[in-house]
Amino acid sequence: MSEKTYLQAISDGLREEMRRDKRVFVIGEDVGVYGGAFKVTLGFQEEFGAWRVIDAPLSETAIVGGCTGAAIMGMRPVAEMQFADFISCAWDQLVTVAAKQRWRAGTPVPITIRLPSGGGFSGGPFHSQNPESSFAHIPGLKVICPATPEDAKGLLASAIQDPNPCLYFEHKHLYRRIKAEVPDERYETPFGKARVHQAGDDLSVITWGAMVYTAEEAAQQLDGDGVSVEILDLRTLVPWDKQAVLESVRKTSKVLVLHEDTHTGGFGGEIAATIAEEAFEDLDAPVKRITAPDTPVPFSPPLEKAFIPQVEDVVAGLRDLSEY
Amino acid sequence: MATETAVDVVMPQMGVSVSEGTITKWLKQEGEQVEADESLLEISTDKVDTEVPSPASGTLTQILVQEGETVEVGTKLAQIGGAPAGNGQAQPAPPEPATAPAAAEAEAASGAEGETPTAAQVEEARPAEPEPEPGPTPVAPAETAPAGDGATDGKSFVSPVVARIASEHGVDPGQVQGTGRGGRVTKKDILTFIEQGAPAAAPAAPEAPAAPAPPPAEAPAAPPPPKPVAPAPQPVAAEPGEQMEPMTAMRRGIAEHMRRSLDTSAHVTSAIEVDMSKVVAIRKKLKKEYEAAYGVNPTYLSFVARATVETLREYPWINGEIRGEQIVTRNYVNLGFAVELADGKGLIVPVLKHAEGLNLLGVARGVADIAQRARDKKLTPDEVQGGTFTITNPGGYGTFHGTPVISQPQAAILGTYAVVKRPWVIQDDRGEDVIAIRPIMNLTLTYDHRLVDGALAGRFLRDLREKLQTSDESAY
Repeated sequence: MSEKTYLQAISDGLREEMRRDKRVFVIGEDVGVYGGAFKVTLGFQEEFGAWRVIDAPLSETAIVGGCTGAAIMGMRPVAEMQFADFISCAWDQLVTVAAKQRWRAGTPVPITIRLPSGGGFSGGPFHSQNPESSFAHIPGLKVICPATPEDAKGLLASAIQDPNPCLYFEHKHLYRRIKAEVPDERYETPFGKARVHQAGDDLSVITWGAMVYTAEEAAQQLDGDGVSVEILDLRTLVPWDKQAVLESVRKTSKVLVLHEDTHTGGFGGEIAATIAEEAFEDLDAPVKRITAPDTPVPFSPPLEKAFIPQVEDVVAGLRDLSEY
Repeated sequence: MATETAVDVVMPQMGVSVSEGTITKWLKQEGEQVEADESLLEISTDKVDTEVPSPASGTLTQILVQEGETVEVGTKLAQIGGAPAGNGQAQPAPPEPATAPAAAEAEAASGAEGETPTAAQVEEARPAEPEPEPGPTPVAPAETAPAGDGATDGKSFVSPVVARIASEHGVDPGQVQGTGRGGRVTKKDILTFIEQGAPAAAPAAPEAPAAPAPPPAEAPAAPPPPKPVAPAPQPVAAEPGEQMEPMTAMRRGIAEHMRRSLDTSAHVTSAIEVDMSKVVAIRKKLKKEYEAAYGVNPTYLSFVARATVETLREYPWINGEIRGEQIVTRNYVNLGFAVELADGKGLIVPVLKHAEGLNLLGVARGVADIAQRARDKKLTPDEVQGGTFTITNPGGYGTFHGTPVISQPQAAILGTYAVVKRPWVIQDDRGEDVIAIRPIMNLTLTYDHRLVDGALAGRFLRDLREKLQTSDESAY
């Protein structure tokens, strides 16, 4: 074990996969010479050469389309979108081709797309989004949202090994802010298994990504009131760990679904609906959602703060549920 | 001016994360004219302080939330236009002279910048307002509701989980002290209530439950009073030599159902003796065949069940139900069988659906299957519901008579008892009375006398006996 930042864990995990499997290569804008916009692939080109760490032209369509072709031919490409927001340019290649290729023709498409996502640093509407829900809606894609350095490494290994197109949402706000112990050896963190970030009896928070830490801080503020909060980190949205969620609901009967993505059509709605369908008789309060509002992400720091769910918003939501 | 339609001013949503806001200042007073989009009041939330524009043009007829008060998003703050009381005509517009001083005072107070005017001050200064009882003033009901709601009116919301726990434990949520919002009973409240030894729901009032064990202290108090005594807690520790164990959910369910059945139906039992010679003979023959070919044992119970289903066809009321003011009959028989669980700690009544479509083999196989799965606890909820008539078979232990309790909402239950060889008077070939040894089984029909009269029950038992005594193999 050694202490690593979230970013370091991703970088190390990726390097390890490239060392053990020659089919793995990296492609993206500025990932080579420059080492990536966030320096995840710093030093990669020196170690693996320009043919395995490819600087792509400014065309997400070309990157994802090229990865899809390479994957069909047996490679294991790992693409980097400089910002998750830019993946919309590659929508057609990803959604129409990669996601459906196996269904249509039987050929697996083992691509991993790294998506630096999330806000909190005034990146504005093009550099701050959390578009995971849009892709969770597309059959054929897997959606991964690690919250801890350990999961960041383990889930990346699983994504690269997975025979399906995997969207790996790495939260930029966690890159250098979150540090934790990461096993030195290689391991794969399975998809569809939620992680109990902290156990509790009175309220459940279902969340993922950076919101795990927002929930944690909020829960600490409720400690003083004698209210014990369980935080469930889904880790992956497709597949998502329904059983773990339902178990937590059965225990606490009061649920807050929290995400940084916008409200309408957000994955929180899917979770809330599933709880209503399958655990209705275990509910002691309406399922509550705290999300970003249905607007683009604002540039202005105070407005962005109003946009992204803050600790005090979660505290208020939890209190409201607790008092219900 | 009071004829314009009323428009509500509500606490605006200042971003999803904001749930409440505080009125810092009213920029207009009651009775004043305001234009649409003109600033009407100032609010402060945990995110921003801002002015709220008026949603419409008109007279500010009523201010419902005073300066300094904090209310949830969506709360009605004021009304523009319409009559002040909120419905058509009741009162005219608020008397200007009365409100003016209030306004003045409020302004003076806030201008003084001290504590901001207290709501009371402003309230007091509004002579026109204090008794807005006549109509549905928006405030009045809102205020009386929380006050009067206690547990008394039983109107407070019961959440799904509380409803489920209440029904599982036979507890009336109305008896539980609620600690949730507005006195709502939370899951914790009801669990605590049950843990502390909930009185087993309301109907537990009469003698029966009071008698068995409870402390002598309470018994004397009990004799005459009808029911208010029941809820008195009885979580008394075990006396020396006694042992306590918690009731299982199943035992509670049985207890509740048995009591309810006796409180619902007018139970009467009739019995008849049946010469089972023919059945014994047929069974002896079929047993080998069934066991070899199908692995099924044609039990006496399946013969009785088969004959019962046949007989019920002519007695629809015995296969019926009283539902409200109606009598329900049906063209099918869903036959329930009382099955004792392996650990002897409970009883369950799985149902053989559409038994009218099954021959003897089908009935025997069906009974064996549901009984086994009942003991293995593998029944689905669907398989213990929807019975239209029930058979209970305590005869396995040699009992020859009983008065079972009807499974609600059915009309009757058949008891089958041990087949016993008895000296029996029959007529020989010459028509002389002789004593023979015959296998005799008693059958009882316990029926709800509200629906089934004694004569009907008697005829049913007679016909059932006839079928069992005379039918040949082909009838099964």
